[in-house]
Amino acid sequence: MTRSVLTVDDSASIRETIAFTLEAEGFEVVGAADGSEGLSQVQNRRFDLVITDLNMPVMNGFDFIRGARATPNGAGVPIVMLTTESKPEAKAEGKAAGATGWINKPFDGEKLVTIVKKLVG
Amino acid sequence: MSDTATTMFVQEARDLLEGLEDMLLDLEADPRPEKVDAVFRALHTIKGSGAMFGFDDLSQFTHHFEDAFDKVREGRLAVDGRLVDLSLRARDLMRSLLEDAEGARTREAEARAVLIRATADLTGPGTQADRATSAQAAAPPKEATRFDIFFRPAPDDLINGMRPDLLIEEIGALGPISVALDLGRVPPLDDLDPTRCWLGWHMSLTTSQGEDALRDVFIFADEAELTITPHTAMAAPEPDSPAPDDPAPARDAAVTRGGGSIRVESQRLDDMMDRLGELVIVQARLDQISRRIGDPMLETVVEEIDRLVTGLRDTTLSTRMLPIEMVFGKFRRVVRDLSGELEKTVALVTEGGETEIDKSVIDKLSEPLVHMIRNAIDHGIDDAETRRKAGKPAGGTVRLSATQEGGEVLITIADDGRGLDADAIRARAVERGLIEEAAVLSEAELHQLIFAPGFSTAKELTSISGRGVGMDAVKTTVDALRGQIQVASTAGRGTAITLRLPVSLAIIDGLLVRLGDAVYVIPLSSVEECVELDLAERHRESGRTMLQIRETLVPFLDLADIFNQPASTEPRRRVVIVRADGARLGLVVDDILGQNQTVIKTLSVFHRDVAGFAGATILGDGAVALILDVAVMIRTALEARDTPSVRLRRQAR
Repeated sequence: MTRSVLTVDDSASIRETIAFTLEAEGFEVVGAADGSEGLSQVQNRRFDLVITDLNMPVMNGFDFIRGARATPNGAGVPIVMLTTESKPEAKAEGKAAGATGWINKPFDGEKLVTIVKKLVG
Repeated sequence: MSDTATTMFVQEARDLLEGLEDMLLDLEADPRPEKVDAVFRALHTIKGSGAMFGFDDLSQFTHHFEDAFDKVREGRLAVDGRLVDLSLRARDLMRSLLEDAEGARTREAEARAVLIRATADLTGPGTQADRATSAQAAAPPKEATRFDIFFRPAPDDLINGMRPDLLIEEIGALGPISVALDLGRVPPLDDLDPTRCWLGWHMSLTTSQGEDALRDVFIFADEAELTITPHTAMAAPEPDSPAPDDPAPARDAAVTRGGGSIRVESQRLDDMMDRLGELVIVQARLDQISRRIGDPMLETVVEEIDRLVTGLRDTTLSTRMLPIEMVFGKFRRVVRDLSGELEKTVALVTEGGETEIDKSVIDKLSEPLVHMIRNAIDHGIDDAETRRKAGKPAGGTVRLSATQEGGEVLITIADDGRGLDADAIRARAVERGLIEEAAVLSEAELHQLIFAPGFSTAKELTSISGRGVGMDAVKTTVDALRGQIQVASTAGRGTAITLRLPVSLAIIDGLLVRLGDAVYVIPLSSVEECVELDLAERHRESGRTMLQIRETLVPFLDLADIFNQPASTEPRRRVVIVRADGARLGLVVDDILGQNQTVIKTLSVFHRDVAGFAGATILGDGAVALILDVAVMIRTALEARDTPSVRLRRQAR
């Protein structure tokens, strides 16, 4: 069965990079441009993995994670946040909001795949 | 990284920089938090994505301004004309770094430095940017270390998407591991919230990775309870070489080099093993009693004891383990002497000497291995002239290798000699009355004949391999160690004899089977599968009744026949398919009761000569169960036409 990934990021190039990398690994990748778009996706279906940026217009990543965790489709799904080395506090805040793990930006494809495999097997 | 994504990034960054100019100008007039956020986000994206798409200069440069606006967001820096001015100039520079990365790098390096300095003046010292990121990880230890790991996820971790199973798999990929579940915190059913995690895992891992690598696996589990305790590897004792830096070695327990290991009399280890065996038996009784009582609190304690006993068993067994190198080492001399005596050039290659095996197995292994190596050199490897004619290098090679496979150690002695001569074996076996002239035997069955008592095909007996008692003795020793022998031989290419030996002798995993009121144990390592008798079709082939198990025909024995019991009337009987020495046999039993840890007790002197049993064990309810000797059962079944019980009696003589 094809596994699905939701990538929530206001940057289309990041979404494209994630899609390019994970589609090559056999995932189906769906994009959302901000937290609120992401949340409506999560309300509609259950993904095997969610990757979200933290700094986004309309709804930021923390609010998105909290919202996703509160919906039945979002409970138990691994949610990975994209963070930067320079903001360790963001990691803690994201974890508190319910994130499963994080990927430090910048990341390369290999690193992304390693972390995705770690979380979804 | 895809080109599409890079193109998209450049376009995206262009748009962001375009917007940034307006935003910055707005900001000066109206520094509301949303506007600051928008600027920060734009810079953040350019920095983050820039680094990903190879715009390192752009990313690093942007970082300083992202940092400045982060301070603004936190209220630590005010928006004023100077900041906006610097930011606008920075924005122009970012633009040229984006469009003309190469040119801008050289041309505007100085301008960048000026801008960064000016921003630093504005924002003050000690920004995140200057901090070193990850500390140098400690170098991993080279030798394998055993780690005891305890991992208990935080209750919310399951909801938050953690998969403890994947983490344990990931840890397991680092080396051999045993895992035990800790159910101590699981609340009574009424209070159990199934979305929360109550479980803990005790893991015992042997790996050459360092502790940091283990912690990395759990990097996301920062709320979880995690303890990692390394154990200093127990070094193999070196009986003949006291540590050079140890001035006064004590007689019984001397500290050897490295400081982490002690030397212990092997008798003490044997005693420890005996007591552990008793403990395992008592534990099985306790388990049975607890199940009868059905008290959940008692069950929890019993499970905990079970886990501890299993851990203790593994630790105790591992203290008795020695690298097989200790016997391999002796053979260099044997090979050298022999090749001189027989005027053959033979090289000995050893592999897998670090494979560990129980000390008591090692002690008994030396002699059979010497026999086999002698045989390989004497009968297997031809003289240089014959080898040259066969297109082989003049010098022969004997390869001695060891590997571990589950609970067994495989030791292979392979030579590149002439291989076994199936016709000669057959002729000799007929001559010796081992088989009938018309007997139909497979190649594997013919090869097994070399282990028959009094068999030798060497035309002239040499002083080296003696009178053909060698392989017979090997077989006896391997049987006594509950091992198996497999022979693979290609005429003209060589022979490989593989000994499959249990890693440990004292405790095995057994399959409990029932026949009438009696319970028997079949060593699990010999069991291939279990099927229902009714489902297996019967066929007759060369005078024997066989069971068809999927595509293959398997000979079978009814245990009731062997033990002279009245024919069973049980409606749904089972067949346990066992394998030894390359042959398969179905054993028909009344029922299969389950699996258990079996502590092997030797039979008393009165019963020792009863063939078909490898020993006895004590079950949880205190009853004694006999352990079947699968190799003997198979030999019995494959022999000629007497009734099984008569054959067993003959075997015993």
